Amino acid sequence: MTKPQEVDAAQMRARYPDVFNRPASSRLATPAMIAAAFAILIYGLVDLDFSPSRFFAGLSQLGWITLMMIPPDPGSSLPIYLKALGETLSIALLGTTLAAVFALPVSLLAARNIVPSNILRFPVRRFLDSIRGVDTLIWALVWINVVGLGPFAGVLAIAVSDFGAFGKLFSEAIEGADQKQVEGIRASGGSALHEIRFGLLPQVLPVIAGQVLYFIESNTRSATIIGIVGAGGIGLQLAEQIRVLEWQKVSFLILMILVAVAAIDFISGKLRFAIIGRRAVA
Amino acid sequence: MTTAVSILPEQQLAALNAAYRQAVSRRRLRLLLGAAIFAAALVLAAIGAEVNLRTLFTYFGNFLSYFDRILTLDSGQRVWTDIGEWFWGWRKWLKMLGETLLISYVGTLIGAALAFCLNFFAAENTSPAPWLRFVVRRLLEFARTVPGIVFALVFVIAFGLGPMAGVLAIAIHSTGALGKLFSEIVENADMKPVEGIRSTGASWLSCMRFAVVPQVTAGYASYALLRFEINVREASVMGFVGAGGIGQELVVAIRKFYYSDVSAILLTIIIAVFIIDIATGWLRGHLFGKEART
Repeated sequence: MTKPQEVDAAQMRARYPDVFNRPASSRLATPAMIAAAFAILIYGLVDLDFSPSRFFAGLSQLGWITLMMIPPDPGSSLPIYLKALGETLSIALLGTTLAAVFALPVSLLAARNIVPSNILRFPVRRFLDSIRGVDTLIWALVWINVVGLGPFAGVLAIAVSDFGAFGKLFSEAIEGADQKQVEGIRASGGSALHEIRFGLLPQVLPVIAGQVLYFIESNTRSATIIGIVGAGGIGLQLAEQIRVLEWQKVSFLILMILVAVAAIDFISGKLRFAIIGRRAVA
Repeated sequence: MTTAVSILPEQQLAALNAAYRQAVSRRRLRLLLGAAIFAAALVLAAIGAEVNLRTLFTYFGNFLSYFDRILTLDSGQRVWTDIGEWFWGWRKWLKMLGETLLISYVGTLIGAALAFCLNFFAAENTSPAPWLRFVVRRLLEFARTVPGIVFALVFVIAFGLGPMAGVLAIAIHSTGALGKLFSEIVENADMKPVEGIRSTGASWLSCMRFAVVPQVTAGYASYALLRFEINVREASVMGFVGAGGIGQELVVAIRKFYYSDVSAILLTIIIAVFIIDIATGWLRGHLFGKEART
């Protein structure tokens, strides 16, 4: 065995001056950033009325609430809750489907390999961006003003806010598609529409189907909350029961939501595997 | 033009064609069946959600005219003709926007700190005991699955109205989401440094501190920044249930039909979200290089 080499500190220092004598700016950068982050945190805590007494009073209140939640009990309103849950799932399914149907043609306009001109693509993309910038709950409020309270407003709210997300995701899928097949169609004399139908769609449809399924899954979550502003579904029941402090019903509703979300996760995971194969999902 | 394609003998061709047709027809049948099930589910959902196309068509004009109205000032002019009148409350709105950003900042930081403490127990390769991993994972799952605004509703009752409830709701929800992502990073970390440290007789805590943490901090920070972006959106609606931020102003404006205020506040939120998106994107690219972004 060879002996470990003798290390001459002075020699190393001379050879690698950058490592041993880092400039003050790079040595201080990390602590300075941490200090700044903490300063903002402290300022935020003060500005947002955090006080230990309030925090602990709230915590003990929360403890009481949790105790009151046990055991979860729907009382006599189980049928109503089941109906509301069905409504929520309907909202998620319909909203996502509507969004996907409308987003597909628009996403073609936003894809670089379909519409090469920046002049048309840029406004389409900014339009999609600003739709995405507005939260689903805000869209729900707007639609309630238009079609009135109820689950229909929820469907439209989810459809609009997903339209923005789908437009972006679909156009990215289209841009990632292989151009060779499109060229093949063009070489055999196909028109621009033929290129999209036979060259592009077979490639992107499985990806799009996977994304739509994933969104149905995540929209089950969104659909549970838009009820809070009055757009139907189980969120409406949840918000009402919280306001009248029926904690056992609240915990039952939360459990119902968790189970429903887990079930939808499971089903759509299976479906996604079936559609696009295990490899593409991972 | 002469073709150079060799034509197979009739018999062989027929057999191949039959096999092809059978394969295709089976696929078509499955596709048709899937489409039928999907259509049935849609119809069922449409009945469940009380979809009424007549309402939609009658009121769709309202949807468009709603945007027309929120872009019109009380004086009947378009909003952009008089910016001062449109953004008459900009001092108040900017202050509320600042509060929103603070809520999401503090919430993200608290959530990230909690997730940091918990994720080592949730990761497959570093968890000290299987039962602990199970408990922590279920806890994170619960925090992630219950929507932030539901936490906010409960916290508003426990902690009183105000931004504190919003901060805590965002913190809990972020803990769940970040805890999962963080533990996935830890699971992908190289375990050789851990073995090296353990062979020197170090405790579990030192193994984490000196072998795992140096590998994962960049990934953690990147995910935390991404979460901050999401939380800004989330915090903008916390006000709907009385948990502070600009959502409070917005919901009042929408419910009381202060049309031009609605568009002004919406525009403020959208621009703020854009700026935050771009800024955090730049920061992530700058701090962790290109590879951390993916």
